[in-house]
Amino acid sequence: MILLKHATVVNKDGMQQSDVLIDEGIIKLLAPNIEYPSAEVIDCDGKLVFPGFIDMHCHLRDPGQTHKEDIESGSAAALAGGFTTICCMPNTVPPLDNPAMVGYVRQKSDKAGNADVFPVGCITVGQKGVELCEYGKMKQAGAIAVSDDGVPVSSGAVMLNALKYAKTFNIPLLSHSEDKSISAGGVVNDGDNATICGLRGIPRSAESAAVARDVLLAEEAGARIHICHVSTAESVDIIRAAKARGVQVTCETCPHYFGATDDEILSYNTNAKINPPLREEADVQAIIDGIKDGTIDVIATDHAPHSFDEKNVEFDYAPFGTVGLETAFSMAYTYLVLTDTIKPSDLCRLMSYEPSRILGLNDRGRIEQGARADIVIIDPDAEYVVDAAEFKSKGKNSLFDGWRLNGKITQVIVKGELKSL
Amino acid sequence: MKRKDILGIKDLTRAEINEILSTANVMRDMIDRGEKSNALRGKNVTTLFYENSTRTRNSFETAAKNLGASVSGISVATSSVQKGESLVDTGRTLDALGTDVIVIRHSVAGSCKLLAECVNASVINAGDGLNEHPSQALLDGLTARRHFGNVDGKKVVIVGDIKHSRVARSDAILFGMLGAKVTVCAPYSLLPCGIDGLGCDVETNFDKAIIGADIVVPLRVQRERMDGAYFSTQGEYHEYYGVTQKRLELCADNCIVMHPGPINRGLEIAGDVADGSNSMIVEQVTNGVAVRMAMLDLLVNGDDRL
Repeated sequence: MILLKHATVVNKDGMQQSDVLIDEGIIKLLAPNIEYPSAEVIDCDGKLVFPGFIDMHCHLRDPGQTHKEDIESGSAAALAGGFTTICCMPNTVPPLDNPAMVGYVRQKSDKAGNADVFPVGCITVGQKGVELCEYGKMKQAGAIAVSDDGVPVSSGAVMLNALKYAKTFNIPLLSHSEDKSISAGGVVNDGDNATICGLRGIPRSAESAAVARDVLLAEEAGARIHICHVSTAESVDIIRAAKARGVQVTCETCPHYFGATDDEILSYNTNAKINPPLREEADVQAIIDGIKDGTIDVIATDHAPHSFDEKNVEFDYAPFGTVGLETAFSMAYTYLVLTDTIKPSDLCRLMSYEPSRILGLNDRGRIEQGARADIVIIDPDAEYVVDAAEFKSKGKNSLFDGWRLNGKITQVIVKGELKSL
Repeated sequence: MKRKDILGIKDLTRAEINEILSTANVMRDMIDRGEKSNALRGKNVTTLFYENSTRTRNSFETAAKNLGASVSGISVATSSVQKGESLVDTGRTLDALGTDVIVIRHSVAGSCKLLAECVNASVINAGDGLNEHPSQALLDGLTARRHFGNVDGKKVVIVGDIKHSRVARSDAILFGMLGAKVTVCAPYSLLPCGIDGLGCDVETNFDKAIIGADIVVPLRVQRERMDGAYFSTQGEYHEYYGVTQKRLELCADNCIVMHPGPINRGLEIAGDVADGSNSMIVEQVTNGVAVRMAMLDLLVNGDDRL
């Protein structure tokens, strides 16, 4: 039994001063001045108490590439970043494209006992874009959604059927929308900085043209679709317009798309090599506008761990991605809340509530009586310098290494249990 | 000159460029007199080429020998790189072997910077991906200077595959720094984003671009670009973007044509232009050795003169 005293409880609709009593894995009571002598008391004076964050998009590399990350280290990194539930993408080796593989992830998650890990199953067998996976059976085995992630379904016909088939089983489809024929060979955003550096560009249309296609396919299918890691102003516009005419589209962005630009590549820093690529100032502004007006529903991490040696090579040869689980909250707090762009309650909506709603995890994402006791306690006044060497993640490839950020996670509770960070 | 590496024109100051060019001018006179120097005696220069090249590599090796250095060439095809050795590990090995200067060519932009950051040796970039080819730009600058005396206010037209050309980038930056007016010319499909940000004008019509030009630099057409649908046919390319005698009539009097080589006769440059009186192509090769001698000398001995 845990009692949070003097908490500033943050929910999607606002903040309230309250005590929180936690027992048997759930929130038993939310009221001022609770006294319960046998409970372990955590004084939350001056702290913000959020529902545990839910990451809809991370890569845990397990099975197959466990030198980069595994379910245990990745879920520990999640806790360090305040995430109590995470969804791992299926681009493992081999891919998570069948019920047995999905079950493997759930079992390892239970064994690790860190953040709750839900696997995302593939859309198509082997991410090959041809045959559909068993969505019904994968969902039974614990799959939270389907996605072909970094190898998006190139055939529009297959994608249209996948959306309809996913709708049948009411399983969300998370779309990494990218036209690989446009992005092929590119390593950074196709813009002034690519020209200055002599690095091959990924045109913005590689993302936005694919987003447009996938949104139109979902509209025709009458199915819902979630667009992953939105990075361009055009994508935001397409999704805003689709929402306005009633398409069941939701989307996410990542901290590096509102906290960084492609200026980061000027030093050939391979940790700034990310797909979709870091964009330009105008895109950052469009992403922030999309967050403000609700076009963007979710902040996800796209946590992509790699080993030091894999990143310490020529730019073109380095794999795409930055780790993000352990910095996402501070990035969002520093770049969105402290800039008065959004309120803490909006951050709760973006990082806890909306992910729970989209994924159908209705027992979490909120602090209310009866909800699962997944809670993160934050010191909003803490300021610190990111030191990737101290990450719980095996991946130290952080774009944000050395950045000064605000807002630090002090305690995390998962299903009523206080975790050590 | 007080710096460890030469990785790109954009890293150099105007004073450094002038120092390299004036030193190169002395070196060129020395070559013409058939003299050699001992400036790099006892020093080791290694060429590390991850991309095929004959002229640049030979030019650097000749330059190093002219200065009395011992020269070794690592051919990636037969070295431990084929066994999977990383660039960083190769660099550390060369350092441990006592190499003073590593001349690197690599297909990936920024590779020379990665190497320079992990070795004590000086690093000279002999071409990295689409990024820079500083010694080519410097030899072009030397050739233009020796012809005109001063390139301040001259009009330079670079024509061809600007998008995939490191020579275009380095030339545009260098001639801009020397006070010339640079125009780049190509179909839109061969122009990179934001090239005007390098301070040059952009013109897709070559017949307009070339009017009044003092220096014309056609870039080598890489035939494999047709596969990527960057342009249509060799015939159409030559008609719209080839440097011909007829087009040279639109240039300023006393204009010169420079080409980074190797040339495609009848494609980006007509044969009679390549062999004609405006052509500096042969002159460029000799100036290439002179410029590379200057770069090596200034990097290795630069500190001593301060």
